[in-house]
Amino acid sequence: MSKDFLATVMIWLTALLISGFFLYLLTDMLIHGLDRLSWAYLLDAPLDAGRSGGIAPIVTATAILVLIAIIVAAPLGLATAVLLTEFTRQKSHFGRFVERSLDVLASVPSIIFGLFGNAFFCLFLGLGFSLLSGGLTLACMALPILIRSAVEGLRSAPDEYRLAAAALGMTRGAALLHLLLPTAAPALAAGLMLGIGRAGAETAALIFTSGYVDRMPESWFDSGRALSVHIYDLAMNVPGGDASAHAAALVLVLLLFTINSIAMGLTRRWQRGRIHSL
Amino acid sequence: MIWSWHNILSLSRTDSILAALLRLCALLSAAIVILILLFLISESWPVLQHVPLSRFISDASWHPAQGLYNIAPMLGATLLSSLGAVLLATPLGIASALFCHYYAPTALAIWHRRTIALLAGIPSVVYGFWGLTTLAPLIGRLHPPGVSLLTGIVVLTMMILPTVALTVDAALAGVPAAYLRGAAALGLTRWSMINGVVLPAARSGIASGIMLAAVRAIGETMAILMVAGNVVQYPDSLFASVRTLTANIALEMAYAMGDHRAALFVTGLALLAMVLLLVGFAEFFKQDAAHV
Repeated sequence: MSKDFLATVMIWLTALLISGFFLYLLTDMLIHGLDRLSWAYLLDAPLDAGRSGGIAPIVTATAILVLIAIIVAAPLGLATAVLLTEFTRQKSHFGRFVERSLDVLASVPSIIFGLFGNAFFCLFLGLGFSLLSGGLTLACMALPILIRSAVEGLRSAPDEYRLAAAALGMTRGAALLHLLLPTAAPALAAGLMLGIGRAGAETAALIFTSGYVDRMPESWFDSGRALSVHIYDLAMNVPGGDASAHAAALVLVLLLFTINSIAMGLTRRWQRGRIHSL
Repeated sequence: MIWSWHNILSLSRTDSILAALLRLCALLSAAIVILILLFLISESWPVLQHVPLSRFISDASWHPAQGLYNIAPMLGATLLSSLGAVLLATPLGIASALFCHYYAPTALAIWHRRTIALLAGIPSVVYGFWGLTTLAPLIGRLHPPGVSLLTGIVVLTMMILPTVALTVDAALAGVPAAYLRGAAALGLTRWSMINGVVLPAARSGIASGIMLAAVRAIGETMAILMVAGNVVQYPDSLFASVRTLTANIALEMAYAMGDHRAALFVTGLALLAMVLLLVGFAEFFKQDAAHV
């Protein structure tokens, strides 16, 4: 048997293994999760520490957390990306400093964000265990993703647009608003979706910032339990919570798959658009 | 002299205001990482003041309530589980990327990439839950209790596999087509071309991908917390329960006070130091790649 043939077999087997595992994971989750999943499960409050009842307050808290994170991180990220691409030279010290620190931020483990969020937002700023603390912590985590995709989108806008705008005497602000941002829009949207996906999947950073309380949150100063924290709590601390946890895991994964698929679709459309315009 | 104040080389007044605003935002974004470092240091300061760093690896045990702060077993568990996961995920990830580039028909490659991207989007708590309910009982049948270093390594491998596969995929895409044509012209078999031309040319990109995967493995909390058993000890076999640094923080932060809390922030600092070191290496390899 030749080496070439052996390598071919091994590589096909690996690919098969990965797809097989993916299908196994997915069917396993569907089979266990569909048992409990129903409209009532989505619309009811949890009872008996989550063993029965539903997840309505938890889904609400998750949505508020992600919303706060995106409302804070999106403008900040867009502004940073615009500065990096349109207002600084790529080699400038300031631009390099910003990019380098964002690279580091992107690789900080989520539990460290949890420690930081607890020390800074909860205690130092006095926000306590609240959706606001959790959302702001998530904003810090999502920021590098938002900036990276926005930078990519803006850098791929053709330079002719900038030259033409300058030749027409447009201010850079006007060029941005009317030309560059619309051109980069699909990339910005894709980045936004990725950011939402990252924020929605997070657990470790939320345990010590937004807390455990599973009541319906009444304001953003209330503590609230994210869907991922709910799964963790049911699996580890609540005996007999597995059935509910399976259903919650299925809901979370389906939500994230939808969001990630939208992000991938937008990226594909954006790349195709670029090829046409060239 | 109308043209002297309508100069496109310098910014108009509205643009200067906009630039200043943007600069402020960028400064804020860049400051977050510094803020994180500052707060980790200031929160761990109370214990660092009267406990020398050496005691964090020389104390008798980890009993912060009694003033004993030995984190070495947990450091060992973090390093062992990450090393195991990286050793398993690297060949699998490289094979998966090679499959997409040189083996699969185009349509299949697209589907395989999509699968990997979706796997990357599954949250760690779901992997942990799956490991706890499906994998741990399986391994427990082999050797109880099931929640063990091995379970942790397997779950971590699945989690970092997409990172390796996607970065290696990008590195392979960067190999110049001329190299491939040269290899084809020499009549090399597919595997000789991959082994002799493609992998060496993509070496730096692959190395930086492995570093980034190691960063993820070291920093992973939820999955390993749910499947590794969380006993503070040096593992004597693959089936022993272990507690990693990250799991320790997640388990004890809820009730830690005073010096105990500060000691947890010290472990956070240790974790961050390891991650920064690895990111530095990854950056180094990436720059190396730029010179090829």
